[in-house]
Amino acid sequence: MIVNWVATFFPALVQTLPQGADYVRILPEIVLSVFGMIVMVLEPLLDEEQSQKILGLIALVGTLAGLGATWFMAQSPGLAFWNMVQVDEFSVFFHVLVIAIATVVILISYEYMAVQRIRAGEYYALILFGVVGMALMSSAIELVLIFIALEISSISSYVLAGFRRHEAASAESSLKYFLLGSFATAFFLYGVALMFGATGSTNIDQISQTLQSGPIPLLAFVAVAFMFVGLGFKVGAAPFHSWTPDVYEGAPAPIVGLMSTAPKAAAFAVLLRIVFVIDVHAIFYVIWVAAALSMTLGNISAFLQNNVKRLLAYSSIAHAGYLLVAFAAAPGPGISAAMFYTAAYAAMNLGAFAVVSHFANAGERYVTLEDYEGLGRSSPLLAATLTIFLLSLIGIPMTGGFFAKFYVFNAAMKANLIWLTIIGVVNGGVGAYYYLRIIVRMYMRESRKEVPVMPVPFALRLALVACLVATIYLGIFPNSTLQYAQDSAQRLVWQSSFAPVSAEPGTAGTVVKIVKSGI
Amino acid sequence: MSTDSLSSIILTLVTFAPLAGGLLLMLLPRRDRDIRIFALVISLLTFVLSLHLPVYFHRAQAGFQYEIDKPWVSTPNIHYHMAVDGISLWLVVLTTFLTPLCVLISWKSIHERVKEFFILLLILETALIGVFTSLDLFLFYFFWEATLIPMALLIGIFGHERKVYAAVKFFMYTMIGSVFMLAAILWLYAHTGSFDFVVIREQIAGGAVPGFSAAAQWLFLGFFLAFAVKVPLFPFHTWLPDAHVEAPTAGSVLLAGVLLKMGTYGLLRFNLGLFPEQSRHNAWWVMTLALIGIIYGALVAMVQPNMKKLIAYSSVSHLGFVVLGIFSFTQAGLNGAMFVMLAHGISTGGLFMLAGILHERRHTYEISEFGGLANPMPIYAASYLVIVLASVGLPLLNGFIGEFLVLSGAFQDKAIYGILGATGIIWSAVYLLWMYQRVFYGTITHPVNNTLGDLSGFEKMAVWPCAAAALVMGVAPILWLGAIDPAVHAALTPFVQVVGRVVGP
Repeated sequence: MIVNWVATFFPALVQTLPQGADYVRILPEIVLSVFGMIVMVLEPLLDEEQSQKILGLIALVGTLAGLGATWFMAQSPGLAFWNMVQVDEFSVFFHVLVIAIATVVILISYEYMAVQRIRAGEYYALILFGVVGMALMSSAIELVLIFIALEISSISSYVLAGFRRHEAASAESSLKYFLLGSFATAFFLYGVALMFGATGSTNIDQISQTLQSGPIPLLAFVAVAFMFVGLGFKVGAAPFHSWTPDVYEGAPAPIVGLMSTAPKAAAFAVLLRIVFVIDVHAIFYVIWVAAALSMTLGNISAFLQNNVKRLLAYSSIAHAGYLLVAFAAAPGPGISAAMFYTAAYAAMNLGAFAVVSHFANAGERYVTLEDYEGLGRSSPLLAATLTIFLLSLIGIPMTGGFFAKFYVFNAAMKANLIWLTIIGVVNGGVGAYYYLRIIVRMYMRESRKEVPVMPVPFALRLALVACLVATIYLGIFPNSTLQYAQDSAQRLVWQSSFAPVSAEPGTAGTVVKIVKSGI
Repeated sequence: MSTDSLSSIILTLVTFAPLAGGLLLMLLPRRDRDIRIFALVISLLTFVLSLHLPVYFHRAQAGFQYEIDKPWVSTPNIHYHMAVDGISLWLVVLTTFLTPLCVLISWKSIHERVKEFFILLLILETALIGVFTSLDLFLFYFFWEATLIPMALLIGIFGHERKVYAAVKFFMYTMIGSVFMLAAILWLYAHTGSFDFVVIREQIAGGAVPGFSAAAQWLFLGFFLAFAVKVPLFPFHTWLPDAHVEAPTAGSVLLAGVLLKMGTYGLLRFNLGLFPEQSRHNAWWVMTLALIGIIYGALVAMVQPNMKKLIAYSSVSHLGFVVLGIFSFTQAGLNGAMFVMLAHGISTGGLFMLAGILHERRHTYEISEFGGLANPMPIYAASYLVIVLASVGLPLLNGFIGEFLVLSGAFQDKAIYGILGATGIIWSAVYLLWMYQRVFYGTITHPVNNTLGDLSGFEKMAVWPCAAAALVMGVAPILWLGAIDPAVHAALTPFVQVVGRVVGP
């Protein structure tokens, strides 16, 4: 109404005001922010006993509403806010992914909070705000907006990492993450500034057009390399990985589950746009080296770990390496393989951390390999669940991890990256060893000390089932997810060559399918 | 049930019946007796179903039969493509034949975590059958990797003292070996656009694969390494004795009986089928390794104080014969290799069962702990003798036919291969008969052996089918070779040196 009124008197102003569709295209972000604020406002009004459950429930409803909002958003693809945000299948995929991860993390945290005696208010609000940042990262095509989204997601993660307040390790984790993380985001910002200097724009599509129209200036290489450093830190790729084990060890286990999947997925989404849409070829060599290094260093270091959280931290470095292999491949198969990998990795890694966080017990006392001895006998169902996630991380058939690795190496082989593929498959074989160590402890050793295993609460059970279903679904019926990833990859690459174009409507059916598959 | 109309879905039924049984078993309450009976019923049912394959098999026909080909994943182009020919047919039947015997032999010996044991056993059976039936390289790799987990768990949970070490060693050896095959499969897919074995074979034969000539040697090696570890060929064999000694009896039976054949089957199907030229170029060193395996395996077996280790090393020696036969590229050699695979599955499976029976009574495999057992255990001794003679290669028992054919093939290729290979038969007589003598003849040295009970009902049911099969295979090999021969002939067509057929259909 006001818009109409304005339109009659100031026709020029209307053009500069956001339209209704603009808001729909960031609807998930709006919904999640609103729920985050509700949690914050309600927190002081409730007494501590009640607040755990009620706030958790509100946050859960918030993420589910966020998924619903994503569905609405998917109905109106296109550009919003003066070409700063783009809704296409690519961004819908990552929206669904990060919000679904947050849903599962909230489910995992539900009982964990009470056990660890953590006050719930800010915790859930920060998860929701963090997800806003991650979701925005996947749909922003304006480098400055990407930077802001990155900061929103990072700052929430810094705080969340330090939530086990009485533990020195948690404070160390938070501080380390914060200091190194700010350093890395500064690198990213520096890259954005240089890119602006090189091309006169901060819009990814325009940058891509400018660069394609003439010889690529040296400054653009440097800019992309700087941005890669910043994002490489966020995804925990070698040689920017050294923060990972310490941070993962100290942070609360559900948050480690979140940190190792959602922000990584979002950062990979940004990286996909930067690598494949901006398309500066020289970055290929940087990625090649980073991929080979991450796989090898991650796997070798994981061999020596005795703490399960640290072990999984190094494993996540190795997985970042496998994912980067896809970035070195050709755009089409590379993007879809990377997208599939992030989804499968999220399902299996989150599942593994869900079991670890339940098993750790109050104060996270039981996190060493010795503690897992005899778990196969004392708690067969929990052990079997963890085994499936670990097998998926190894890449055994019938699990999502298998197809994820398979598609990545397939993409690499298609691009004739024979050496990188061989380094990758050998790493995949050698890496099996440290996951096996956990399985061996659980099933083939008798427990030497008393480790109490509490019954699995309902919310956690729900989370585990979701992860399990997703892992196995992706392992047996990878087709629809991969198809969706391929479609969005095609559109993304196509956009980059004929930019800027508004995407065609994404089909609701596929999105619903993705939502159902619980990625 | 056994009508011809089943033919279109029979492979799916045979492959997944054990898996379905295993999943049902998960739902069953933990009453050990019921679980054992259920597992036996499922494995017998699978065996009966698998008999459909040889019954309705068109023997004169060389190509793949009972074919089923449905798209599974659209991109990459993965098909659910299964079929058997005369080569894989018998390996499927061997698997389904040995599994019920494994259930029987584990009846009494497994009394903890019974449910898990039989679930793993049935899952393993599905994976093994899948390896032999799939014609899509992806599907093949899928099943190939899928055999690893249940087998490693069987060794690691139900094995003996150093079980964890053996299980991890087994897993890592095969895992690392097979990733090179994965790389080779991916290369083939990237350059042919298909995972289908038949399509790829035609494209390679037609010279339609870009860059093939440069990569062929590496591809050959990629596949070869995965299979050589599994066989195991000479320098890659060190996981085998550990795995065998630590594995529970049923695990050893399937390991020696079927898992090792995955390697030789792979060499025959994929290395020879896809890379005939490279196979020929590399034949000299592969055959040398096979000969080293035959002689080295036999010599090491001879000095083993541990009965199970002795049998394990005898497998290294016998599988050397198979590789020797395959890389002789002669009709006789390949027929013989196939027959040795089957015969070895039966007789070594039997030997492991017999060793396991002794272990249950005395909890040791040390040969020096025994002596004069023929007195307290006459039936056991007689059964043991039949199986030992079959393994040694006595005419009219199954070992003889295969080794004879392999050696005649090797002679046709190069006399020296035949001569060196033939010594293997002498060695095998030495180590097996000497072991038999030390265990069964003479006077009883340890008084405790006087009280050992003879074969029980379940043990008879497990061991005697092996002895019977050994005899039938020795007397009427044509029943098997009739289907093998045309398939082998077809496999050899890319090789020039096809010498006249040794046995008619």
